[in-house]
Amino acid sequence: MDCARIFSSVEKRERIDMIYKVSDNIISALGFSSQENYQAVKAGKSQLQLYENVFGISEPFVASLLDNHKIDKEFATLSNIGEKYTKLEKTAILSASKALENSGIDPSNDNVLFIFSTTKGNVELLERNDRFESERIHLWRSAELIAQFFKNKNEPIVVSNACISGVAAQITAARYLIAKRYQYIVVIGAEVLSKFIVSGFQSFKALSSERCSPFDRNRTGLNLGEAAATVIYSVSDMDNLPPKSIIFENGAICNDANHISGPSRTGEGLFNAISKAMRHIDKENISFINAHGTATSYNDDMESMAIGRYGLENVPVNSLKAYFGHTLGAAGIVETIISMYALQENIILKSLGTEEAGVVYPITINREIMKSDKNAFLKLISGFGGSNAAMILKKNK
Amino acid sequence: MKIELKSYCRMTNNALILNGKDISVAHSEGENRSWLDDIYRSHKMQYLKFFKMDNLCKAGFLAAELIGNDIGWDKTVVKNDVAVVCFNRSSSLDDDMNYQQTIRDSGNYFPSPSIFVYTLANIVTGEIAIRNKIAGETSFYIMENFSSKRILEAIEDIFANPSIKGLLCGWTEYFDQNCDILMMYLERNKGLKTNITENIIKKIYN
Repeated sequence: MDCARIFSSVEKRERIDMIYKVSDNIISALGFSSQENYQAVKAGKSQLQLYENVFGISEPFVASLLDNHKIDKEFATLSNIGEKYTKLEKTAILSASKALENSGIDPSNDNVLFIFSTTKGNVELLERNDRFESERIHLWRSAELIAQFFKNKNEPIVVSNACISGVAAQITAARYLIAKRYQYIVVIGAEVLSKFIVSGFQSFKALSSERCSPFDRNRTGLNLGEAAATVIYSVSDMDNLPPKSIIFENGAICNDANHISGPSRTGEGLFNAISKAMRHIDKENISFINAHGTATSYNDDMESMAIGRYGLENVPVNSLKAYFGHTLGAAGIVETIISMYALQENIILKSLGTEEAGVVYPITINREIMKSDKNAFLKLISGFGGSNAAMILKKNK
Repeated sequence: MKIELKSYCRMTNNALILNGKDISVAHSEGENRSWLDDIYRSHKMQYLKFFKMDNLCKAGFLAAELIGNDIGWDKTVVKNDVAVVCFNRSSSLDDDMNYQQTIRDSGNYFPSPSIFVYTLANIVTGEIAIRNKIAGETSFYIMENFSSKRILEAIEDIFANPSIKGLLCGWTEYFDQNCDILMMYLERNKGLKTNITENIIKKIYN
């Protein structure tokens, strides 16, 4: 989208505005802070496990589920009205509140906007709803309640763009900051699982009966996961950026215009998104690619095609799906945050679950933690509806 | 930056308007009658995938189709410089409820992939992109009510990218037999005198 550059060149501004990360949080089965999650990933831990007779589904499935009691316990330290919120809302509020803590941001200020990323929100209420008003099924209603918890009066934006939502939400945030509509944007992604979601993926035959194996030649499908994650962005001119900050360099969304539930064989949309996102950055600066890597046959092949076609076949690629599962509307945020921590620590995380790489275009799957002193990473994500997104984040010198 | 409203389509349960002109069709009789199917047939559209779509996609597709025909889009040409951005209130809830029926009771449990695939709001943007070979950005946002402010912000942000020439943008709401669609096609136009404004968006919606 090139916001920073467009505005600076078109309007001849004297300073170049940069979007930078202020704060973050991840809540998943691996931990309740970004640091806990990052350390767990570094140690090769995963909470993907087999569940039987959960959500009233007889067919067993492997997933990474949040501990409801722990959420309630943690939420009670924030507020005594936990019963007024659904699990989705509690987890999202908890994540945002941890990200806001010590950030110096007053979330009730008019210069703060909340952006909420989710695919199915409170869809489990379709199954049974004896506690909440009927409006609660709506995604905007959850977003409104989350923003209201923090006494924020701006109408929140809800991004619901299938699996790319988490990245699409960050790109939307960057645009809003460049346009100077707000000073801080709190981007929250959250997804909880339910009979609705799990049965749907089962009906697609998309789920693996074991822990998933992204990019592996014997991969058999994906695992689902629950998570909430928050990343807060702000805008500053280059000279006043906080030292060592993570900068949102560029992001792009492109459609395959091919099929609603299957990716393009040639990776057309993702290739176009990579081309746009990489426009002002040298391939040599890319430390690693954090791929979508769902471990479905089609997705991983398609990503390898897009990566290879752009000439990035020698750049280390990882997928974080075998640590967290596919957390849908939260995935793009969870995985971006983990990758930011790795970039800041000069390491490339390993792609858990890849025994022997086997994708249609030979790319470099990173199977061990490695050192790297390069200053940027490329985040990829794709989803139903033919949508693809690519995003570059880099660290300030 | 000048952005011109080139064409728009407004569609509700009983009105179909293209660029201010009433082009509505007669409702057919019968138990399974569908206004959306009536529009498809009366306007002699030919795209068999239409009948697989859920109502939200059908409604958005029809509006895009009428606009595409109006502006003379060549559907065989890939359009890298066009984007599709839609908004609504109820996401895919209309189809979500249909899917829920297929998993409601354990004695009659038949989760349907062909219904599940439409349980995402942004599928309508994908269907429009496939039909018209639109390979630019597709995005979907949910909000409580039609907000010309948020829609204009999205329009401005899409055109902030100089490689984008056109944008199909609109409010695509379909829930419980209530159809509420406003689709607009906007184009960059340097020589334009009147820019798209919130007031224009409000006026053509109301």
